[in-house]
Amino acid sequence: MTASPTNPRPVKGDRSFWYRLTHLSWPWRVTWVYLSFMLFLPVTAMLLSASTVGPAEFWRIATTDIALSTYSVTFGTSLAAALLNGVFGTLIAWVFVRYEFPGKRMIDAAVDLPFALPTSVAGLTLATVYSNNGWIGSFFEPFGIKIAFTRLGVFVAMVFISLPFVVRTLQPVLQEMEKEVEEAAWCLGASSWQTFWRVLLPPLIPAILTGVALGFSRAVGEYGSTVIVAGNVPFQDLIAPVLVFQRLEQYDYAGATVIGTVLLLISLLMLLVINLLQAWGRRYAD
Amino acid sequence: MRTDAELFNTPDASSGRRVAPRSQGAWVKWVLIGIAVLYLTLILFIPALNVFVQAFRNGLGPFFSNLVSQPFLNAVKLTLLIAAIALPINTIFGLCAAWAIARHQFPGRTLLLSIIDIPFAISPVVAGLMIVLLYGRNGWFGPWLQANDLRIIFAVPGMVLATMFVTMPFVAREVIPVLEEAGTDQEEAAKTLGASNWQTFWRVTLPNIRWGLLYGLILTNARAMGEFGAVSVVSGNIIGKTQTLPLYVEEAYKQYKTPEAYSAAVLLAFLAVITLVLKEIVERKTRIKDVEE
Repeated sequence: MTASPTNPRPVKGDRSFWYRLTHLSWPWRVTWVYLSFMLFLPVTAMLLSASTVGPAEFWRIATTDIALSTYSVTFGTSLAAALLNGVFGTLIAWVFVRYEFPGKRMIDAAVDLPFALPTSVAGLTLATVYSNNGWIGSFFEPFGIKIAFTRLGVFVAMVFISLPFVVRTLQPVLQEMEKEVEEAAWCLGASSWQTFWRVLLPPLIPAILTGVALGFSRAVGEYGSTVIVAGNVPFQDLIAPVLVFQRLEQYDYAGATVIGTVLLLISLLMLLVINLLQAWGRRYAD
Repeated sequence: MRTDAELFNTPDASSGRRVAPRSQGAWVKWVLIGIAVLYLTLILFIPALNVFVQAFRNGLGPFFSNLVSQPFLNAVKLTLLIAAIALPINTIFGLCAAWAIARHQFPGRTLLLSIIDIPFAISPVVAGLMIVLLYGRNGWFGPWLQANDLRIIFAVPGMVLATMFVTMPFVAREVIPVLEEAGTDQEEAAKTLGASNWQTFWRVTLPNIRWGLLYGLILTNARAMGEFGAVSVVSGNIIGKTQTLPLYVEEAYKQYKTPEAYSAAVLLAFLAVITLVLKEIVERKTRIKDVEE
């Protein structure tokens, strides 16, 4: 959006920075006060608490065996879940945008369920459905595959929680896409597969990656559903947010702060990646 | 306001575009729909259905007797109380931030937009931890709070703060695009006719953004009532005192009181369904408005 040429407000360019800072309108003041109090202050408190530990000690706590194993479980499982949703989310978005079938509107609306359903409810029901005698878990039980209370259970919870991101990021992009390009490819004799790989997929890639990154970022931080569906056994299915929680319960503030800071920094990094991907997508759209 | 060119080229995504090409067999369509629905069934529909089946498995009697137990009622009250505090405060912030961002051009505008998104990116547990580090016994304000006999952590104020943190961006996020699309013309006209800032906001801006705002409120409310991680860290989970409904679900489940857990879960699932229905209605309203314009 480029409002500057159309904005008829007088430009206050001649005022000094300090003047503008002290003559803010009250919505600006509310915004800054709220952001400072609710966001900057807590983040600063956390980073400063982490820095009082000292770099050597920080590194030692952040790289203990148990911490390293939680990172690998958290990031490995989140990545796998986000990638799976990258594939199926793309397919679902495609089906919603291009095809008509009975019940489509309801199914489309239901994709947002993971956003609306409280995470503890999600964890509770996934633990039941995917347990050994659950509706779905019982099909895997004869093959010796346990899902609930293992790393697979964590994976299922993360798939659940990150599902809407790819679908919702992709739908508007698919909607906008010119059907003509595709038809041109057909006219020139391309097969369905060739059209998909060479014509349709490339412009969708920024949106798919953005959706995957959003889903991954959400899955990494997810706590409510995973803590219930996992067995929370160290070195097996213990994830990093649960480790932070456990450290805090043991009044180990240094441990909680250090591992929490690692998670925070990774979240901020992911936010940066997502912003870059979105910028890339916008450039593609133009 | 749309330009003339846009009005003439009304996007007609719904008509004519979805016809499958002749070269592609109908079976491809149905196979793809089948895979999509199967995937959604395994991941989404069966777990969602299970909540309702489990909650009503033994009939309505046990369900209602679970609902009237005292810890449960306290959890409901606390959940409603926290949402009732967090919702208006975040709405005021969201409207202010949306106005500030949508109506101004300044260096760092995109950065401010990303900053507002930070609470979505942060793990709820880390959000709770931050609040503990500020207001807990060993936190920055801990000594001062103790000297004044104020309790925030392991009490309701901390849970409200945690809820406000995780629901901070929703209103701003939903209102910004609507505000940008509405443009400033009508507001300028109102100002020219002598309306005060306040009158302009109530009579012109608010009606323009009402659906976006409503959407933001619905999402804020759903997350506020359903938040688990952040609230769990700061609550201490004292039964009957600092236990919200999502915490009640986990606690009951951990103590093998599965029927109780599902009684509470089904209420929260209803909340989710209502949220989705309202969201669908709001989206339809905005779509109709778009077409009318």
